[in-house]
Amino acid sequence: MYAQLVETGSKKLKTLEEMSPEERAFQERIDAEIKIEAKNWMPDSYRKTLIRQISQHAHSEIVGMLPEGNWVTRAPTLKRKLQLMAKIQDEAGHGLYLYSAMETLGADRDEEIEKLHSGRAKYSSIFNYPTLNWADMGAVGWLVDGAAIVNQVPLQRTSYGPYARAMVRVCKEESFHQRQGYEILLHMMRHGTEAQKEMVQDAINRLWWPALMMFGPSDEHSPNSAQSMAWKIKRHTNDELRQRFIDQTIPQLNVLGCTVPDPDLKWNEETGHYEFGDIQWEEFNRVIQGHGPCNTERLETRRNAIEIGAWVREAAVAHAHKKQQKQAVA
Amino acid sequence: MQKYDELTEFLLRMGDSALVQAQRLCEWTGKAPALEEELALMNVGLDLVGQARNWLDYAAERIGDGHDADSLAYRRDERHFRNLLMVEQPNGDFAVTMLKQFFFDAWQYPMLTQLSKAKDERVAAIATKSLKEVTYHLRRSSEWVERLGDGTEESHQRMVKAIDALWRFSYEFVELSTQEQSLSEAHTIGDISSVATKWQAMVNDVFARATLTVPDAAQPFYLASRDGVHSEHLGFLLAEMQYLQRAHPNASW
Repeated sequence: MYAQLVETGSKKLKTLEEMSPEERAFQERIDAEIKIEAKNWMPDSYRKTLIRQISQHAHSEIVGMLPEGNWVTRAPTLKRKLQLMAKIQDEAGHGLYLYSAMETLGADRDEEIEKLHSGRAKYSSIFNYPTLNWADMGAVGWLVDGAAIVNQVPLQRTSYGPYARAMVRVCKEESFHQRQGYEILLHMMRHGTEAQKEMVQDAINRLWWPALMMFGPSDEHSPNSAQSMAWKIKRHTNDELRQRFIDQTIPQLNVLGCTVPDPDLKWNEETGHYEFGDIQWEEFNRVIQGHGPCNTERLETRRNAIEIGAWVREAAVAHAHKKQQKQAVA
Repeated sequence: MQKYDELTEFLLRMGDSALVQAQRLCEWTGKAPALEEELALMNVGLDLVGQARNWLDYAAERIGDGHDADSLAYRRDERHFRNLLMVEQPNGDFAVTMLKQFFFDAWQYPMLTQLSKAKDERVAAIATKSLKEVTYHLRRSSEWVERLGDGTEESHQRMVKAIDALWRFSYEFVELSTQEQSLSEAHTIGDISSVATKWQAMVNDVFARATLTVPDAAQPFYLASRDGVHSEHLGFLLAEMQYLQRAHPNASW
């Protein structure tokens, strides 16, 4: 999963001459492709941008458990149930790695989670869409994890070492999820009944545009990209990654024998890329501002989990203290 | 009510119990009190679905009328399920969930230990593999019972309430049917006659550490899961779990 629209707080890039000696040394290190590590000096705005991005990424993993969790009790076979449970478990694990990477920057996990719960921090827009049939489990794996991978593969080379290393582990597991998702759809298309094939096409119709939105606003409306790219937090623009995703996904769609809900999609021989129709940016903006189809439910579920579980965490802490005291006496 | 042979009935009991317990754990997705618990609940559930599949595969082969693990899981109704009453009980709060898990783990552990010595090689193999997983499950659930029982005043009270709600179903952990006794005596499934005392000893030990009181032994009552007489909860659980297979009976997933 991924972070979208990360505020960097900078309107324009500083030239090397405008930088302080520390900033210049930092930028030179970045330009030389040397990883920044937790104890190195870094500009405050680099630190803040990364905290925003990594926490958004971690939140996305956690909220992203919910659309799939919606089907785990209803998975149609034991094998599919096992796969889905393993995937949800991986996602919780990714959330944990990412919160740890974020904490190397001095941020506090509980504080950042509180920002999510109060609506001050974002998570990927895609998880605000409902999962309405079993094929959505395939389409989420194939399209959503697929888009996440295209976003995340370059992040394995992101300039901040702990984030880059977390991404190496995350990407391995995500690729596996994506293949599994595709296999769910392929099986339904090749061996399925008419009703199952309709489920697959319906899932693609509903999730195609939301998956394309996972790459964030188009480059001309992405004011924070330039700074993120100069810091090599980001390695490619939103539009580059979106195009890459479409180019590699359409051939897979053809193998399925399905279509995408885009009448303007066509192959351009000269550019060697697919051309595609206009994205509904109004919808995108509504969703990331909290007004998508499931924003309310997703946040409510997460808030409830933490609020209702407070007594459990308090009990764990109280018990740990008691044990410590007993050991001190003994 | 149709009954299969003794061993097949026993395999269904093991498989159905693991499956229904796992199904309840799935209901926790996204709702656990901490991220680490999301991971752990799913991890335990995953192990249990795997175990269920192994037991049910073997049961299906013995039944031999075209069933497989999936058709046993997804096409039998509640009167044919053999799972323990305990595992079909609703999750309630985290205290109820962890207590159910602990009771089940404390039963599975001695059971699988004995089954791993079964004459029936297939039973022994499944049990040996499952035992590794259940060793971890038991460690985790007994630690939670201790943490919650001997945590705060509130967590202690919640554990007391959970025991009140669940204890009456515990008679099934300590009672062997005559069929199970005969399987046990023949060592087909290993000698499981000591499972009851081991279960009780584990409960006594963990409850003592958790500052909880062990109630008097629960007595059998009207419900009897070996005969498919379940609580009213199981029907809803199966309706949810089985709906796709029931709605699309000829589909392959």
